[in-house]
Amino acid sequence: MKKHPVINSTEKIVPFDFRTKLPIAKHLSSIGKSSIRDFFELVQNQTDVISLGIGEPDFDTPWMIREAAIYSLEKGETGYTSNLGLIELRKLIAQYVSKLIGVDYNPYEEILVTVGVSEGLDCALRAIIDPFDEVIIHQPSYVSYVPLVVLAYGVPVIVETLEKDGFQLDPVAVEKKITPKTKAIILNFPTNPTGSIENEEKLQAIAQLACKHNLYVISDEIYAELMYEGTHRSIVALDRMKERSLFLHGFSKAFSMTGFRIGYACGPKEWIEAMMKIHQYSILCASSIAQQAAIEALLHGKKDMEQMVEEYRLRRNFLWKHLSSLGLVGNLPKGTFYYFPSIRHFGLSSKEFCYRLLQEGGVALVPGSAFGQGGEGYVRCSFATRFEDLEIAVRRIESWLKKIEKEGKKQ
Amino acid sequence: MHNFLKANPQLIGDIVRLLEKNARLSLSDIASALGISVEETAALLKELEKEKFILAYKTIFDPEKIQKNRVRAVIEVKITPERGGGFDKLSKRIAGFEEVTSCFLMSGGYDLLVFLEGESLKEVALFVSEKLATLPGVISTATHFMLKTYKEQGIIFSTPSHFRLPVSP
Repeated sequence: MKKHPVINSTEKIVPFDFRTKLPIAKHLSSIGKSSIRDFFELVQNQTDVISLGIGEPDFDTPWMIREAAIYSLEKGETGYTSNLGLIELRKLIAQYVSKLIGVDYNPYEEILVTVGVSEGLDCALRAIIDPFDEVIIHQPSYVSYVPLVVLAYGVPVIVETLEKDGFQLDPVAVEKKITPKTKAIILNFPTNPTGSIENEEKLQAIAQLACKHNLYVISDEIYAELMYEGTHRSIVALDRMKERSLFLHGFSKAFSMTGFRIGYACGPKEWIEAMMKIHQYSILCASSIAQQAAIEALLHGKKDMEQMVEEYRLRRNFLWKHLSSLGLVGNLPKGTFYYFPSIRHFGLSSKEFCYRLLQEGGVALVPGSAFGQGGEGYVRCSFATRFEDLEIAVRRIESWLKKIEKEGKKQ
Repeated sequence: MHNFLKANPQLIGDIVRLLEKNARLSLSDIASALGISVEETAALLKELEKEKFILAYKTIFDPEKIQKNRVRAVIEVKITPERGGGFDKLSKRIAGFEEVTSCFLMSGGYDLLVFLEGESLKEVALFVSEKLATLPGVISTATHFMLKTYKEQGIIFSTPSHFRLPVSP
């Protein structure tokens, strides 16, 4: 066998320095690594952890949806689809959205099927943001909004929401942040991580601001079905809002289909057309198999979804009751599968609290600080966790809290 | 029925949802999930038991792991209905045997579907030939032995648990 040539050199090899030779794009430097990621590494390296840190449903995808995906593979439906997504799926989405929020979209030009809501959000922003345009984001909120605005060369402008307002977005605070550079506002109700929703009056006021200052509205309503009090109301359904708003939704949460990666954007045809330009060159189309599964979800998934929501409601009651009795007090979540209690009076930062609870107590929660401004002093507890594990988690948290309270008294 | 229960029909649905998945939930856990007091929960469950809404709290075992030597069979039974009593009298008589775990009146090619459990093939076969088939009114039986359980009472057997990211945004 021929030996691989070896270079004989006495020259000292200078290691290749990627950072100086091939610099990474500058605007990326302002985007930090998600602190959830650090925490994830830590959790992964520890055994016997009950995790309430998971932002995805614990239910398996309903079998008939998985079965539909298998069948589509068998039939060989494995080619590209229309860039916008299968027309059959878009028609079903139009019907579904009409029922969900009361707004009608034309499936031929006002709906784009995306790879999860994340891609929809990315395309939406890149389609409307010029460099240095400002985008208003409420926080605490989902970790992707700020980085995606930065990636689109925009400037995120944060409006903090407060526990005393039920983490609702205050229209007065929003107006204070509006400048001539403000281009858009991103809304997420029900909100990850706070579980809050915006009341009708405030939603109206924000809609008026959007009209008055001529702003785009991007409304990420991925948790729309997971509501425990009242019915979901979308800002897009308000007067004069459809023409300037993008409704973002998907299958991940309500149908327990996170890994299928199917979301969709509904909006004015010009905006969708602009998003299409980005989507068709970067993604081409969402997975054909996953789109077939999504069709099945819309055709026959309602009953399973409703059962899951009922179960979340019971778990929500359970977790809220127990954790608040242990001193982890917060608003009863109105939507989503997150409880966001305060940890202020334990005298630890949310990061310290979560790191110690993980290492000493064997329970993973997500530090509120991961969700941006206003998140410090809180922790996110996901009840997308089976009942048996919620029980164990509550017991472990209880004994760990007793321990740190004792320590506090000693000092 | 309990007044509280009448006033909150959703509670029955919620109790079913909780207990059909896990009958071992503690009173206080059920109470906090329902958002009512422990005392109210205890009274409610008592009422549901008394009114026979709840018949029993049982455990589902994997028969291959726990009851290695148990033999399970399903028997299709044809019987003659009686004047006046229909199928009920004989069906109840069959259902009364210790060996019978379930018994259903069916539409179609036979009348009763009887589930049996025994220590051995022989024991089950003997029960069918000596006790069941000889009952007056039983016309015929067809016995099928169960070989493997894939799913029982909504529980899928031996599915591997799949990986979820321990923390995700």
